[in-house]
Amino acid sequence: MYDFLWRALAGGVGVALVAGPVGSLILWRRMVVFGSALSHSALLGVVLGLALGIGVTAGAILVCFAVALLFVALRRDPRVSDDAVLGIVAHAALALGLVLLVYVSDVSTELLGFLFGDILAVAAADLWWIWGGGAVVLGVLAFIWRPLLAMTVHEELAAVEGVPVAAVRLAFLFAVALVTAVALKIVGALLIISLLIIPAATARRLTRTPEAMAVAASAIGVVAVLAGLGASLLWDAPASPAIVLAAALMFAIGVAVPAFKSRGVPAPR
Amino acid sequence: MKHAPVNEPLLLVRDAVVARGGERLLDRVEVSVHRGETVTVVGPNGAGKTTLLRVAMGLIVPDAGTVQRQPGLRIGYVPQHFSLDVTLPLTVARWLSLSSKATAAEREAAMTEVGAHGLDGRALQELSGGELRRVLLARALMRRPDLLVLDEPVQGVDMAGQADLYDLIARAAAARGAGVLMVSHELHFVMATTDRVVCLNRHVCCEGAPESVGKHPEYLALFGGLPPGVAVYTHHHDHAHAASGAVVPLAHDHHHPHGH
Repeated sequence: MYDFLWRALAGGVGVALVAGPVGSLILWRRMVVFGSALSHSALLGVVLGLALGIGVTAGAILVCFAVALLFVALRRDPRVSDDAVLGIVAHAALALGLVLLVYVSDVSTELLGFLFGDILAVAAADLWWIWGGGAVVLGVLAFIWRPLLAMTVHEELAAVEGVPVAAVRLAFLFAVALVTAVALKIVGALLIISLLIIPAATARRLTRTPEAMAVAASAIGVVAVLAGLGASLLWDAPASPAIVLAAALMFAIGVAVPAFKSRGVPAPR
Repeated sequence: MKHAPVNEPLLLVRDAVVARGGERLLDRVEVSVHRGETVTVVGPNGAGKTTLLRVAMGLIVPDAGTVQRQPGLRIGYVPQHFSLDVTLPLTVARWLSLSSKATAAEREAAMTEVGAHGLDGRALQELSGGELRRVLLARALMRRPDLLVLDEPVQGVDMAGQADLYDLIARAAAARGAGVLMVSHELHFVMATTDRVVCLNRHVCCEGAPESVGKHPEYLALFGGLPPGVAVYTHHHDHAHAASGAVVPLAHDHHHPHGH
């Protein structure tokens, strides 16, 4: 009984744990547009996965990796604006995914799940992807953490000091792509980016070191997952949007409470 | 870098060409820096000064020409632009210890040397222009550089602070026997501490001792002479300024002339 709920919990918590550090890095590196492009393109990966019969997560991983490589190629060309092209790629991929989905799937039942997530339908195989993929991502991040932070502060300075910036950047882009692909089942193509950046942005106000912010973001994400699933259980709310809403609520509280407090005593800087 | 001959340059850029979209940002530029030598690149906006530094450091591979750096050359770089997202919680001390093998004591020494003592616990984003320049310089010095590459090292610093900072750089480089390759917008400020000036406007207009470059027709055509009545800045140092602005005694004897 309630097996689906335990699986939802395991999947949601797994994604939230990895989303903390990855989302923090996305904020620090000002890559929200890239993150959005990835998550929107994930829908195209669903189509690819269904068409090839390799499963939606594998399809999403392939397409997200391709977008990551595109991002690397774009940065080489100073004539194009990253934001503009990524915005176009994101929505073109989303539209193409929507169009093609008609031909490979029974749209009426599955589309909402792919767009907004279907955490209550998480299967055992999805959990393998989430926890396996998540472990790989955390391993990679732990390995490149210090050089990646140095690059985030100043990329050329890090390069002069001997950081292999191209390799570290590529490893990070692949990590983001992998998180995005495995999170698809939990929060859906349109909401992945919110699960990455809202807990991280909330954690910023509470922490004073990069590591503390990454860990706090994970914790806040886990709380959001618990709250969203709880709301789904109690009030029959759609679980995945409820998770994002819970995260947004925590962010709002994080903004409002110190502002309220500071009317009395000046807040410490 | 232990066995390099004394007279061989630390860095030699020859005939470097960098083109972007059919336009030459650098046109057959040549520059060299020897150990203990300070070379200052001056030139108008868009002259390719930063591009030249990037080529020198190996961040850009030139489309033509060669760049030779002594094997194992350690470069301490102070970039011109520094923009860090406010969402990254990072103190000065933590950043200085990132990707650096220097000990806490060495960090402390470098921070004291540049007059940035006491900034350790501050967030990087909260630093003023002058404080940031000093912290960047401390980071560059912590690497025990053979060559300091400084891109507008006094940007965002007030007039009095600028002279102090140039002096500081000269002393720090001399103490280490390091070469300096520096971009500056203002020849007159750096004259006293510069051995050689390269006037760059995509190509090298002229090159030589600061006094001679200041009189060179191509230099004057680019920058004009000083307007009449404007005195060249002179500054006698019997004290230095800490980052806080407090006056501190000079660490050692220091009597080089500032006349022009």
